[in-house]
Amino acid sequence: MPDESPVTGFPVILEPLLAELSRPGSNPARTPRPFDAHLAEDLGAYASPPRLPEVCEFETVRHFTRLSRLNYGIETGMYPLGSCTMKYNPKVSEVAAACVSDIHPADAPAMERVLGWLADFREALLEITGMDDACLWPAAGAHGELAGMLVIGKALEARGEKRRKVLVPDTAHGTNPASCTIAGFTTVNVPSGRSGCLEADQVARHLDADVAALMMTNPNTLGVFERDIERIAGLLHDNGSYLYMDGANLNALLGVTRPGDMGVDCMHINLHKTFGAPHGGGGPGSGPVLVKADLSRFLPVPRLARDASGRARLMDDAPLSVGRIHGGLGNVAVVLKAYAYVLSLGAQGLKDAAVRSCLNANYLRKRLEKTFGSVCPSPTLHEFVISDRAFRDKGVSAMDIAKALMDKGFHPPTVYFPLNVQGALMIEPTESEPLRELERFALAMEEIAGAAQVSPGDFGSHPMNTPVERVDEVWAARNLILTWHDMNPSSGGGYLNG
Amino acid sequence: MDTLIPEGLFYTKDHEWARVEDGKARVGITDNAQHELGDIVYVELKPAGTTVKTGDALGTVESVKAVSEVYSPVGGVVAEVNVELDGSPELVNQDCYGKGWMVVIAFEGAGPSKTAGIMDAAAYKEYLAKEAK
Repeated sequence: MPDESPVTGFPVILEPLLAELSRPGSNPARTPRPFDAHLAEDLGAYASPPRLPEVCEFETVRHFTRLSRLNYGIETGMYPLGSCTMKYNPKVSEVAAACVSDIHPADAPAMERVLGWLADFREALLEITGMDDACLWPAAGAHGELAGMLVIGKALEARGEKRRKVLVPDTAHGTNPASCTIAGFTTVNVPSGRSGCLEADQVARHLDADVAALMMTNPNTLGVFERDIERIAGLLHDNGSYLYMDGANLNALLGVTRPGDMGVDCMHINLHKTFGAPHGGGGPGSGPVLVKADLSRFLPVPRLARDASGRARLMDDAPLSVGRIHGGLGNVAVVLKAYAYVLSLGAQGLKDAAVRSCLNANYLRKRLEKTFGSVCPSPTLHEFVISDRAFRDKGVSAMDIAKALMDKGFHPPTVYFPLNVQGALMIEPTESEPLRELERFALAMEEIAGAAQVSPGDFGSHPMNTPVERVDEVWAARNLILTWHDMNPSSGGGYLNG
Repeated sequence: MDTLIPEGLFYTKDHEWARVEDGKARVGITDNAQHELGDIVYVELKPAGTTVKTGDALGTVESVKAVSEVYSPVGGVVAEVNVELDGSPELVNQDCYGKGWMVVIAFEGAGPSKTAGIMDAAAYKEYLAKEAK
């Protein structure tokens, strides 16, 4: 039944849409015709000029500049969104990526140089992870997961087996079950132990001849290193199953330890988290998938390899491959940004980054646990979880604390994740933040905790100092309105109406 | 605020309830579950006619905080689905043991019983108290 209630919950935005600024005739620039007139006849609806908002260049520039000032990003301030690794993206990487922005894919000599860089980076990734082969084309972490699970499915098929179950611990990343399902598996949830780790005995209880793989995030979403990983890998291998590692948290391990040495068969890396390529709205991302030698022949095509003279080449001749998973060579510019990051830091620099990410997180953890209490007895690496438990009897929730942080000038941490901690606040300062910023963040959290004790009733009103105040998230989720046109039927004059 | 745990229902460790009515089981999520999930914004259930085993997913419940699966406390065939939840998922928050029911399952054999890891009201209350520690 359609909901007839009027739109009441949409926040007031201080900047109108370009469509609302549109006035007929106000754009003196002419819309170019498609360059091939013969083809234009065949384009049907596209042969007429697109109905773009009619605004002049100056208004357009001002519109986007004003929008950018309403935004909050890693270059505005600290962005401690746990699990997301919102670190600083060095500008040198942008310079590196700009080198390829004008190269046409048919420019063979130029592309040979690009392939050379990609092959160099692939080898760097193999050295960093201890894996044997890699495909750089997946466009994001979850895409890498899917490619990896397809590879595992193909390997089982080649063995003449049809195993359907994939074990996923409750401390794994939320995308893992989705990737398994899309790859044709069913997921079985495995609870972690009291220490926040997945225990080998627990895994053993879930193993049978139908288990294709286990997907483990290491360090896991509590920030805890899975210390049983080697035993778990052994149990899986004895059972004919594979160990998949979600490498989204690899920035905590760089230069210290390698998944390939822990018994991992297949993994992905989020280049936009681990190696400082832009992330989130600044994407796109890149999620290379890496495998041990026995899974190599199932990797997606085209295969990137070196010929006898050491020159990088693309090869499609891989009969057991899962096939193509991305057009062209994936998000080449993102891969090159990550390569620039690796080269600029070097081996010692990468290790320093990992150590610093853990030091920063543990400094904040020790400080905040004094006020918020501890939810996890184990040592943690690059991120940690606290909860709203100390404030629940006052009626102040994790969401309230997150919203109050916005009024202190910080992006909130991840809330209500991981699912095995009630009222979770998941904090990841990353290696980028200087001590002074960590102090400011800790102070802000302590002030919020103090206010929650003294005047918990005020918490429903945060944030008050942001461009958009508290939004009604429940209303928004129950009343999905996906287009501006539907949202604003009374305006009647939008360009979409023609 | 005290959690409601009506007598006469069966409860699971995953916080579903089942009420036996004429050889069928009406199933929903408990007061504790709806409270922990917070405001529920979407409920998706397997259609009538689906065969489920004990512990199979009956569907998903989405709140602002999280998406959770609802597991079947009993094996059988889904006989009825609460279509009201489609447009009014808030019924699960308002009346989880009444108008917020999710499915009716025509079960096989003896139906929900203590032997299959199912608890009565007193045992579930004890279980919740232990979980809170």
